[in-house]
Amino acid sequence: MDLIKFVEEKEAQNELPSFRAGDTVSVHYRITEGSKERTQVYQGVVIQLNSTGANKTFTVRKVSNSVGVERIFPVNSPAIVKVEVNSRGAVRRSKLYYLRQLTGRKARIKEKR
Amino acid sequence: MTSVFDADGKQIPCTVIEAGPCVVTQVKTVETDGYSAVQLAYDEKKEKKTTAALAGHFKKAGTTPKRRIVEFKYFEEEKKQGETLTVELFSEGDYVDVVGTSKGKGFQGVVKRHNFSGVGGQTHGQHNRLRAPGSLGAASFPSRVFKGMRMAGQTGNQRVKVQNLRVIKVYPEKNVLVVSGSVPGAKGSYVIIEK
Repeated sequence: MDLIKFVEEKEAQNELPSFRAGDTVSVHYRITEGSKERTQVYQGVVIQLNSTGANKTFTVRKVSNSVGVERIFPVNSPAIVKVEVNSRGAVRRSKLYYLRQLTGRKARIKEKR
Repeated sequence: MTSVFDADGKQIPCTVIEAGPCVVTQVKTVETDGYSAVQLAYDEKKEKKTTAALAGHFKKAGTTPKRRIVEFKYFEEEKKQGETLTVELFSEGDYVDVVGTSKGKGFQGVVKRHNFSGVGGQTHGQHNRLRAPGSLGAASFPSRVFKGMRMAGQTGNQRVKVQNLRVIKVYPEKNVLVVSGSVPGAKGSYVIIEK
């Protein structure tokens, strides 16, 4: 009876592998420059999964040229080609905002075994 | 509300509406009623809770009692009494107007009701007039407050029409219509969709 759920299930486009905060992922996504289209890879640590249903997003953080960069991807975005999970992290919270304050060796995440 | 991605990859906020099945309970014509219209009824109701007058009306149309009855003038197709209309009346890309009853906000002041800006500061001698409306007009001429002066009062719970919402998706299997943007009213409330 929940019609919003019904529509969201119909509209869900991407089948992503399951990952959670702390995992390192590579996101392959399409970008269009003028009329050209190409795929770019963005690799980093997932620091949060936000919201549910059609509005679900995940945030990937990486440090690029010693500047922290965060990108928010909607899970259902048609621009996402695929997501690879590179490693599973052992973390104890679901939102890793504390990584923003840490740099260098302190910002590492232990691998889950 | 939820959201849907379009072909360009843009995320569109949208509202999910259950539209139909509606039954034609009466067809009004110029000869008999003085004007032409189609009367539609929607949403099942218990027989027990229906008044005898309405029960007879529904029986005449050959259907079960319904909760809502709405008349539509200028219906583009000819309809017969007892016919069922579904969401297939609409197709993707259509523009529709949606009429609903907005959420009631109760008795509100002018800042919320008419977007007055209030006094705009806490200093310069303001101690209890931060959200006051200010002057209502001049003095001995005209010696009265003009009609239609915007003041505090009941806000919301009014009939509101939102125009030109695009139909994004139609799911005939569940009679579901997905339109872009928001529609008036609370979740689960009734709306009228006009094409």
